Amino acid sequence: MKKDLISITDYTKEEYLRIMELAAGFEKEPNQDLLKGKVVASLFFEPSTRTRLSFETAISRLGGRIIGFADAGSSSVTKGETLHDTIRMVSNYADLIVMRHPLEGAARYASEVSPVPVINAGDGANQHPTQTLLDMYSILKTQGTLDNLNIFMVGDLKYGRTVHSLLMAMSEFENPIFNFIAPDELLMPEEYKIHLRERGIRYFEHREFTDIISAADIIYMTRVQKERFSDPIEYEKVKNVYILREKMLRNTKPNVRVLHPLPRVNEIHTDVDRSDKAYYFEQALNGVFTREAIIAHTLNLK
Amino acid sequence: MEENIKKKLKVSAIKNGTVIDHIPARNLFKVITILGLDKIENQITFGTNLESEKLGSKAIIKVSDKCFEDDEINKIALIAPHAKLNIIRDYAVTEKKVVEIPSHVEGIARCFNPKCITNNELITTKFSVVSKAPLALKCHYCEKITDQEHLHIL
Repeated sequence: MKKDLISITDYTKEEYLRIMELAAGFEKEPNQDLLKGKVVASLFFEPSTRTRLSFETAISRLGGRIIGFADAGSSSVTKGETLHDTIRMVSNYADLIVMRHPLEGAARYASEVSPVPVINAGDGANQHPTQTLLDMYSILKTQGTLDNLNIFMVGDLKYGRTVHSLLMAMSEFENPIFNFIAPDELLMPEEYKIHLRERGIRYFEHREFTDIISAADIIYMTRVQKERFSDPIEYEKVKNVYILREKMLRNTKPNVRVLHPLPRVNEIHTDVDRSDKAYYFEQALNGVFTREAIIAHTLNLK
Repeated sequence: MEENIKKKLKVSAIKNGTVIDHIPARNLFKVITILGLDKIENQITFGTNLESEKLGSKAIIKVSDKCFEDDEINKIALIAPHAKLNIIRDYAVTEKKVVEIPSHVEGIARCFNPKCITNNELITTKFSVVSKAPLALKCHYCEKITDQEHLHIL
């Protein structure tokens, strides 16, 4: 059976740990010729420079060749080809498909059509599992463990797929505590709170972004995106409420680290960048090692 | 008693087969399509817009010489949740069945999410039933929940 990675819950806890172990190996030695002679298709039906470069760097460091496109405008999609046909055609050429698509469920469908494994690099607002695994690797690296952590999630918790997937993955580990800080318009959806309650996992909800963060091990910031609001006045009200400043970190725990999937707009003030607790740029670098690990695991190269 | 007789006359009795009763009248033709009754050779009689205390107006289908598997009949549970089946042998009811919402639904409902791939390309929809009452269907593809209010039968 081929191993696809479409949703974060496709992996078991053992597989999360396996990816962490492999990523640590690639961090020590990033250049390993495991993909020599193999072709990887990198299909970006919508542009995402950051994710694409991270994947293509991972593939290059593994010695693989890349075919594909960076946006749908330069592919046969503009001629009206269906996703089904594009995937059937490309899967004849490649040993692995990495894909980004604006429609939700596109990656799951592609994995059913394709005889070669598919890695989801984001399908609309649905899933972006490689982001979650790199977030977990960043947490493990900075905290030394994935158990007993107090995780604060801040900003858009309603539409933010990264916080949803991270919540699902971290709830597999021992005794996490979640703290959600969001405006009324962007609260964590009920289905995720039900998931936590069913597992007896503690969580707390807050409207104010204050010194409650002194209890945090991880502060996971997200962007409040203007296009999420039907009423522009509502956006104006909340857009500047959840901004992290360097002085807010002074009474936090020494081990706390600030994570952000990037790109940030103004939700992390640039004065945070000089703090030892800022980790978002290192987090992005971890993405390459994590993606090398995911590719190696998917193709049974390790 | 007299009323009962009048009701029975509206759709004549069958000798052997299955009677599907208590179908909401507006969904009669959808039930016919889902069960593929428009593609079989059996004798079929149906009545619709019949008075029903429970449903307001109901429909009834009588299919001669046909028995349905549970998997098959449960497909109509989304649009005819109160349907009752009577299995007829020699004009007598030998067994009664009710429909049950299955744990998986394939090719019957539409995903409410306009950004779901199934609404943009020709794909058979698939859902897992995460809750039967109130109804909640989780799309196999986009993972969004379609509830009763947004349920649209294909």
